[in-house]
Amino acid sequence: MTEIIKQRQIVEDDAQLIRLGEDGSFAELPASGRIIVPLKQWQAQRDALLARGDFGVWLASDEEAETIAADIGHFALIALDFPAFIDGRNYSNARLLRDRYGYKGELRAIGDVFKDVILLMKRCGFDAFAVRPDKDIHEALKGLDDFTEYYQGATDEPLPLFRRRA
Amino acid sequence: MYVYDDFDQKIVDQRVAQFRDQTRRYLAGELTEDEFRPLRLQNGLYIQRYAPMLRVAVPYGELNSKQVRMLAHIARTYDRNYGHFTTRQNIQFNWPALENVPQILADLSTVQMHAIQTSGNCIRNTTSDQFAGVAHDEIVDPRPWCEIIRQWSTFHPEFAHLPRKFKIAVNGAVEDRAAIRVHDIGISIVKNDAGETGFAIYVGGGLGRTPIVGALIKPWLEKHHLLSYLDAVLRVYNRYGRRDNKYKARIKILVKAMTPEAFGAKVEQEWVHLKDGPTTLTDAEIARVSKFFVDPAYETLPGDDAAYLAAKASNPAFARWVQRNVFGHKQPGYAAVTLSLKKTGIAPGDATDAQLDAVADLSDQYSLGEVRVSHEQNLILPYVKQADLFAVWEKAKEIGFATPNIGLLTDIVCCPGGDFCSLANAKSIPIAEGIQRKFDDLDYLFDLGELDINISGCMNSCGHHHVGHIGILGVDKNGSEWYQISLGGRQGKHAALAKVIGPSFAQEAIPDVIEQIINVYVESREDSEHFVDVVDRLGIAPFKQRVYAKELAHD
Repeated sequence: MTEIIKQRQIVEDDAQLIRLGEDGSFAELPASGRIIVPLKQWQAQRDALLARGDFGVWLASDEEAETIAADIGHFALIALDFPAFIDGRNYSNARLLRDRYGYKGELRAIGDVFKDVILLMKRCGFDAFAVRPDKDIHEALKGLDDFTEYYQGATDEPLPLFRRRA
Repeated sequence: MYVYDDFDQKIVDQRVAQFRDQTRRYLAGELTEDEFRPLRLQNGLYIQRYAPMLRVAVPYGELNSKQVRMLAHIARTYDRNYGHFTTRQNIQFNWPALENVPQILADLSTVQMHAIQTSGNCIRNTTSDQFAGVAHDEIVDPRPWCEIIRQWSTFHPEFAHLPRKFKIAVNGAVEDRAAIRVHDIGISIVKNDAGETGFAIYVGGGLGRTPIVGALIKPWLEKHHLLSYLDAVLRVYNRYGRRDNKYKARIKILVKAMTPEAFGAKVEQEWVHLKDGPTTLTDAEIARVSKFFVDPAYETLPGDDAAYLAAKASNPAFARWVQRNVFGHKQPGYAAVTLSLKKTGIAPGDATDAQLDAVADLSDQYSLGEVRVSHEQNLILPYVKQADLFAVWEKAKEIGFATPNIGLLTDIVCCPGGDFCSLANAKSIPIAEGIQRKFDDLDYLFDLGELDINISGCMNSCGHHHVGHIGILGVDKNGSEWYQISLGGRQGKHAALAKVIGPSFAQEAIPDVIEQIINVYVESREDSEHFVDVVDRLGIAPFKQRVYAKELAHD
């Protein structure tokens, strides 16, 4: 069973990630169970997905949070993809979803996710981390404690240090 | 200068522990080369031509004597007894062993230093005026603002993986000694008619492959909103900067593609949401940081010390050094002294462990224990009494740091080049030395007056050749090293980019080419006209004609 970090716990993953076919085609969706569909599939099959229920949507790093801002109430979760950890665009999308559009549900990091980046992700509002399968998830979890103090405000702690310094 | 409290120290200590763990996992094969590279770069660690290179941050160029002694210790203990000061006010060590780097960082942390974000695609060390706080032409001390930006940018989670590196410079004086127009963000501290402090924000400047002078997008930013505005600029860049081609990934390309007006409008749109949020600076925080930069307890001294004036009158060598290496201080009876790291035969910007220790001693004895690094790769003693200048000069001579050439032709700005750097196309240190040897007559150098020569070993432009009055760029042609010459660049308020004069030259030809260029200047100048003003007046044609008449060039 695939494991995932959620709210600092290692738990069984309850959602199936659906990717686009290589030619951009949409995959057939399983009849039951939680799924995470690509943005394009959500946009194309909106009514069918709403009828099915229990689904989330994921954004590629070149897609924009604005495109789902009005729909966040429909999603069981939102996932943001890191095709490579050096592609930092989804840090900004995460902050926009949380800080600007008020998304409160599960925000999951997928893709190139491992120990050395998950604290950055957490600070930007992610609360679930699908650690790369070839990386040790227990080791990765420790990454959340690499730092315990931060200078600047972010999504997890909006107050910058200068508003908290004793 | 700024002093860490428990919070600052904890952040640096936790970074040391994190990097120790990353290095261990890399050496154990748990992190791949591709994974470790961006992680180590964000801690200033390159793998260079011969060995790793560690770049240590000197935030806005300010050091105390204890820190200078620590740099000497690192050079002695972990390196080959020297370090190299860079054009971004940092210091690089060329020969540390990878296994020792975590311990070097631990040593640095004991004196409140680190290597955080000295490389990689993140916000780099904020640079500023080397005479900040003491300059006679200062409007506002930039250092508190640099420190506020340093803290905001340190491990900023949203901007840890930008499309490309990102450099911010701050100037608070009439003269721009921080080269703010050639930075990703240039901040000019200004005062409005009501006497309030605010900022003019320039974006999209930079050198490298596509040199561009930054555009003004915000003529007046009220001081409390500095960080939310920076957040807005960075967010627009992080989202929309190109990531498909690293040569087109700097913010300057985005600003140019969108136009500065459209980019500025996009930033404003973003800023509307961030403005007045929790990151808005408080008066208490501005005051807390500013109190680290208040004036020291100056003695009340006469403006012109009699013994100093007498020494200047009777000792021409001392007078010469004063003319070039002593900078006007805002406090009567004090001076800022530039120690020249540009002695002929020594790589520009290099200092040995013994020299660093000696500089620390000098600063303790004569400069309240403070030292600055300039982006021209020299060191500064910012608080020297006029009465002590003669003694400082004598001791600087013993160290080898008293060459009276600041701002002159031999004060060459130079990257490490092909002798060290794996990115370089060509060597740059021997080029500097060849020119310095050609121009070894001090009287002649003084007669030539202010002249910036900048040498870069490749298009990355670490030697800032685009803004040199004479720029020299190393290029690779079919596996051999050639040098392209450009003229008419300027840094500062009237920043301008130099124009290439034509086909490149072989290394041996460069000193003669420079001599020909100088000869045209000497023949053409009117009164005390500076070199770069003659280039502006005449254009590059007469220089080009003279140089290529001798057929020194290679196509």
